[in-house]
Amino acid sequence: MEVKILGTGCGKCKTTYAVIEKVIKENNITATITKVEDIMEIMNYNILSTPAVVVDGEVKTKGYVPSETEIKELLGV
Amino acid sequence: MIQQFADWLVYGIFGLDTATPLGTAVNFFFYDSIKIIILLFSISFVMGIINAYFPIERLRQYLATHKLYGLDYFLAALFGGITPFCSCSSVPLFIGFVKGGIPLGVTLTFLIASPLVSEVAVAMFLGSFGVKATLIYVVSGTVLSMIAGLILSHMHLEPYLSDWVKAAQAQSSVQSQQWEAEKTPFIKRLPAITRESWGIVRGVLLYILIGIGIGATMHGYVPEGFFEQYLSAENWWGVPLAVVLAVPMYANAAGIVPIIEVFVAKGIPLGTAIAFMMAIIGLSIPEATMLKKVMTWRLIGIFFGVVTLLIIISGYLFNWIR
Repeated sequence: MEVKILGTGCGKCKTTYAVIEKVIKENNITATITKVEDIMEIMNYNILSTPAVVVDGEVKTKGYVPSETEIKELLGV
Repeated sequence: MIQQFADWLVYGIFGLDTATPLGTAVNFFFYDSIKIIILLFSISFVMGIINAYFPIERLRQYLATHKLYGLDYFLAALFGGITPFCSCSSVPLFIGFVKGGIPLGVTLTFLIASPLVSEVAVAMFLGSFGVKATLIYVVSGTVLSMIAGLILSHMHLEPYLSDWVKAAQAQSSVQSQQWEAEKTPFIKRLPAITRESWGIVRGVLLYILIGIGIGATMHGYVPEGFFEQYLSAENWWGVPLAVVLAVPMYANAAGIVPIIEVFVAKGIPLGTAIAFMMAIIGLSIPEATMLKKVMTWRLIGIFFGVVTLLIIISGYLFNWIR
């Protein structure tokens, strides 16, 4: 699984990254997790608000920090 | 009720004297902090509900597909106000709007209104200055964003966008994808909205406490009318001076309003205070550097110039009305 966190580097984006990293570690999920901070790359996903979470190329959430339960759902735990 | 609680806590439990500056300051601190935290949470909550039903994607879709004859400026300003502001979201938003084929003027209106009228600013104003001043602030912030967008749209500034934004604009297309209505029932959304509102409060809590702390100290110790001699309504240069000082600065509305409240209580005219506040939260050096990614310096200069001028004019206007 490939998880991307889109965000230009504000507090919310960092929190999102940390929460997702935690869920992945705790559940022993095999997934690569990357931060996308380049604005041109972010805009390719056609989103208006950050942070956004992309799982396997599909935008799952945008504009807020998802909760742990929500992330577990997104990652299919 | 909150006042009674603060009185009971400070004078009853802490045993401070009502007549001393220390007693007044501590009482002011508790009263204001509690009141503003409650207000901020409630306002964020209401805005969260509105946002859950009218997300920004929906606004873009609507603006791009309807001919609105100027009403689009109003909608952009309105939504700029109710969308939770995060400075890091302004760039993706800007490009997303331009890419979606929305005119530059309307996009700039959104960009101005978003930080200017925010849940934090409204809550702080309501808590510090009351309903009337808050209404003046919100209405003028909205109108100012609309006028600024309209003026800027007539200046034909498209050539001064960054090259890659121009490219994005050239291939702009009205997104054919319809905004998909989420079918999640209201009750299921409440926990997320509550969490988000609490997140907003927690994010600015420290600034609120520091701001009110400084405000409370000044409230207790600075004599009435102290600032009047420097920045009274009769001094014509009061408003421009306050605005020019405030433009490069950035402070969270949460931290700055309690201090401004004391300025007003000690003799600074409300119009000057509102103009100062707008310049602080609406324009700043950090914002300019962020906008550099999508605009040339020239466009940033024009943008800041027009908004600064309008803030100064509205400052004079309020001082004159009162």
